[in-house]
This record gives sequence, structure tokens and C-alpha cells, in this order.
Amino acid sequence: MPTSLKRVPTRPPDQVAPAPSRRRSARSRRRLTGWAYAAPTALFVTLFFAVPVLLVGRMSISDWGLFAGDRGVNLPDNFVDAVDLRLFWPAVGFTVKYTVITTVILIGLSLGLALLVQESTRWTGFLRTAVLVPSALGLASASLLFYALYSPQSGPFGEVLRDVGLADGPISFLGTPDAALWSTVGLIVWRFAGFYMLLLLVALQGISADVYEAAELDGCNRWQRFTRITLPLLRSSLAMCAILCVTGSLLAFDQFYILTKGGPDNGTMTIVQLIYNAAFQGGNDLGLAAALSIIVLVVLLVFNLGQFRWLRGKDA
Amino acid sequence: MATTLDTRPVRPTRDGRGTALPGFVVRTPYYVLTGALALLFLFPMVWAAVASVAPQAGTAQTDGWGFANYGTLVDYQEGIWQYLLNSAIVSGLTVLFTLTTSLLGGFAFARFEFPGKNLLFLVTLAILMVPYATLLIPLYVLLNELGLQNSLVGLALVLTMFQLPFATFMMRVSFESLPKELEEAAFVDGCGTFAALRRVLLPAVRPGLVTVGLFAFLAAWNDFITPLVLISDSDKVPLPLAVANLRQQVMGVIDYGATEAGVVVLAVPCVLLFLVLQRQYVRGFMSGAFKG
Repeated sequence: MPTSLKRVPTRPPDQVAPAPSRRRSARSRRRLTGWAYAAPTALFVTLFFAVPVLLVGRMSISDWGLFAGDRGVNLPDNFVDAVDLRLFWPAVGFTVKYTVITTVILIGLSLGLALLVQESTRWTGFLRTAVLVPSALGLASASLLFYALYSPQSGPFGEVLRDVGLADGPISFLGTPDAALWSTVGLIVWRFAGFYMLLLLVALQGISADVYEAAELDGCNRWQRFTRITLPLLRSSLAMCAILCVTGSLLAFDQFYILTKGGPDNGTMTIVQLIYNAAFQGGNDLGLAAALSIIVLVVLLVFNLGQFRWLRGKDA
Repeated sequence: MATTLDTRPVRPTRDGRGTALPGFVVRTPYYVLTGALALLFLFPMVWAAVASVAPQAGTAQTDGWGFANYGTLVDYQEGIWQYLLNSAIVSGLTVLFTLTTSLLGGFAFARFEFPGKNLLFLVTLAILMVPYATLLIPLYVLLNELGLQNSLVGLALVLTMFQLPFATFMMRVSFESLPKELEEAAFVDGCGTFAALRRVLLPAVRPGLVTVGLFAFLAAWNDFITPLVLISDSDKVPLPLAVANLRQQVMGVIDYGATEAGVVVLAVPCVLLFLVLQRQYVRGFMSGAFKG
């Protein structure tokens, strides 16, 4: 110890004399200990993440049946088949349409709610909790719940519309592709508004009150304060909500599987539903499903990297 | 101050100042709006609870108010107790695996230097970047190879993998926020690293563990697509899948009453846990793990 204490300051750090062997062995023991603690994580990440990622790549270029297993490489058949699927482009179109509608409505409503409840009182606390409680529910439970709410026979929405006189028979909330789309958007907004409201509320409360006071003194009205201060300072949080919302919507499955199974007339078929059908619902073609997965994976990876770069760039 | 300069009727600002009109003029529409919104958001769940015990034409529950819908749930195929047990096993194992792995992993990432550390941490976070649903196809094949397909343990292992990015990140931050002196004092007293972790650090990172555990529980309890793909025996499906299947029980006739009863059984633990832990949950968000 004393010798190294004397030497270190006189040399650049990369030329420090090798530590005495006792210390080196202590350090390598510490490294081993570190690895031992990280081993379960490494095992999980390797076995259930890295291997599947490699495997999905391998499967996507193989003729791989659900029951038959691997029947050899067939590049590029799966990818050609994937894009040739009758429902591929309709599913892409529907998924994108659903994503845009959901993201715009959800982020707009969540921002409105966050602004409405940002003052902390018992009353706003009640509203915050009421809006947040649905986010404790699973998406599948929420979908089952709305499936009954939308029921043409016994659902309350139809009854209310009949009582008000807006409808005179059973209303089919899931009967046409358009109605099913908007009904699903209603469910998703109900389920997720609280979560995004909370994210935005955190950001709103991070804005110092001084900034608003200064703007008020300078004669800014409320609208100006909102557009010139609040929105710019919320930009990165809004962007994060949008990324989460877009990613989640592009991978939508539970809600459509339960509400519509992709119907009517395949009008609400999403990409993940298409993958699931290709593999397990009659398709029995895991190679095709893997190719579809790879397409989704690459698109989302590019999208995410682009978003992160954009976020970083603007903040820096 | 700003209050005296600004005579426009503004909604009260965060600290309760800022209106020139009499309070009730500004506040009544505000109360009406927020109250209506709160009712709108609460309505579906209240309705589910009421509908599950209400009389419903053409189902088990035709005569009057009561718990016949829940009876349908008990009688359905393997019965609700089997499905509840499956869900409890999967959620319990997922919470156990997630807590153990992220506690040890977080400790390693926060306190040790070892080759490959940064790579391992990055790959763990990368799980978030890869769409989960696209991994289920290879996982189906992999679990088959491992003899873990159609098993609740296999299901819990997959669900744990998905929890690791958040859990490991959270536990790393929890350990890093502790002073090094804490464990150094334990070393001086003759503890090894494991004893220091167990006796000294474990109590200090409990808030992080609670958050990680809550997230893991909610995710495992509510998950739908993973068992849909990985479980094929009807006696091994967890509750969400059983309730979804129940919906198609009778040809053409959907038993909405029983479905609502199932939703209530599914939702009650989540809503209770949420209400009990609401403060910690919201504080967890506020404290910065999610500040972007």
C-alpha cells in the first residue's frame, strides 16, 4: 500500500505499476463474486431472450411446421409468403390506422386530464384515483368487461342510447369493422388514460411555478403560457408517452382477440393476430410466423432507434 | 404578486391562488366536469360488480339477485379453484424468480466490476426493445425442447424474463442510492458479501423490492397471450384464459353474467393491491425512475 500511494500521482493512470499479487487475486475473487451474483440474470437473458432471438431468425428462413418441426432451409420462401398473404397488407393498414387513432386520442385526453388534476386537492385526488384504477386491471380482463358492456342484448351502452332515443333496436358495437375499431379505441382509452396521465402529471409538476409567474408578469395569457411554456417543457414526456403508445398499439393483440377475433370479415385483423393465426390457428406454419415476427421486429427496432435518437438529439 | 395583476378568471393554480371571480363561479363547472369524468371512469367496474349478481335472462341467473353467476364459474370445467390455483402458482413463481434474480443482479451491477458487466446490462435492457409477442414463437419451440412447454414453471420463467429489464434497473438504482459505508461496516464486522447483502442491504432496498414485486405480480396475474401460446392443457390454464374461454361455453349463447363474475374475480386482487399500494406506486413514478 504505501509504495503504490507514493507512485500513483507521479504516473499517468494507465502506467500504474502492477498491483502486488495478493491484491490482484483479491480483485479477481471480487470479479468472480460479481459474476456469481449476476449469473441468474445472465442465465435468464441468455436462455429465454438471446436464444429465442437467434432462433426466430433461424426459423424465419426454414420450413418449420408446428408439429413437423424443422424441415430445412427455404430462404426466402417465408418472407415472400408473408408479404403475399392475402391479409398482410390489410393487417398492416389496419394496425397503423388503429395506432394513429389510439395515440392521438389517448395522448390528447391524458394531457387534458393531467392539466385538470394537477392542482392537488382531495377532489382531484378522487378523480386521479378513479382514472388510475382501470390501469390495475389486466388488458384481457378489461377487454372481457367491455365485451359485456358492448353486448347488443344486455349491455348498458345500447340501453342508454335506446332510452335517449338515439337508437331503436339493438346496437352492434362490434358488428362492423368501423364500429369495432372505435369500440376498441374506447376500451383502450379507458384502460390506459390514467397511466399516461400519471406520466404527464409527473412532468407537469416538475415545471417550476416561477416560470409561470414570470410569464404572467410579462403579460402572457393562459393560452400563451400553455403553448409557450407548458407544451415545450412537456415535449420529451409527451414523446415518451407517444413511443410507449405506438409500440403498444402496433403489437395489439389481447383486445382484438377477445372483442373481435380479427373480425368481422377480417376487418380488425392486426399484425400480431396474423402471426398467431399463422402459427396456431389453422396455419400451423411456424416458419411463416417467424418471418412475420422478424418483419415486425425490424420495423419496431428501426422506429425505436429513430425515436430515441430524435429524443436525445433535441434534448442535448 | 401575480394575483393582483391578473384579473382574468383563471382556474386556481397549483397552490390555490389566482382567481378574481367568486370561487363558486369558477369552481362549479370544474366540479361538474371532474365529477362527471370520475363517474365515467368508474362506471364500467361498478357495472361489472352489479351485473355479476343481477338477474339475467337465459342464464344461470334468471330468478333474482344472487351469486348464481359465480356458481357457474365454480362449475365450469376444472372449476374456478383450479384456475385460481394456476394463476396463484404462476404469479407466485414469477414474483419469486423476479425478486431473487433482480436482487442479486442489481447488487452485482451496482457494487461489482466484472468483465461483460455493461454488455449484460445492455442486453437485459434490450428485452424492452424487442416486441414480446414476436418472441413467443421461438419460445414455444424452446420450451418444447426443454420439456417445459405446457407447464406452469415454464410460463413463470418466460414471464420473469419479461420483468427483468424494469426489475434489474430498479434494483440497480436502489443499491446505488445506498452509501458504500453501509456494507463496509458489515465487512469490518466480519461479514462476507452475502451476509452483508442479507443482513444489512436487504432491509434498505425493501421499497424497491416491493415495487418490483407488485409489477411482477400484476403482469403475471393479468397476462393473456403467453399462456394462450404456451399452455394447451385445459386444467393448466390461468384464470384470464379460463374466463375468456367460458364466454364461448354454450353454443352461440354468451353467458355475460358468468363472464362478469369472472372479471370481478380477476379484478378484485389487482384493484385491492393497487388501492393499498397506491401511494408507493405514485411515489415510485414521482421519484424519477420514469422521468424522461
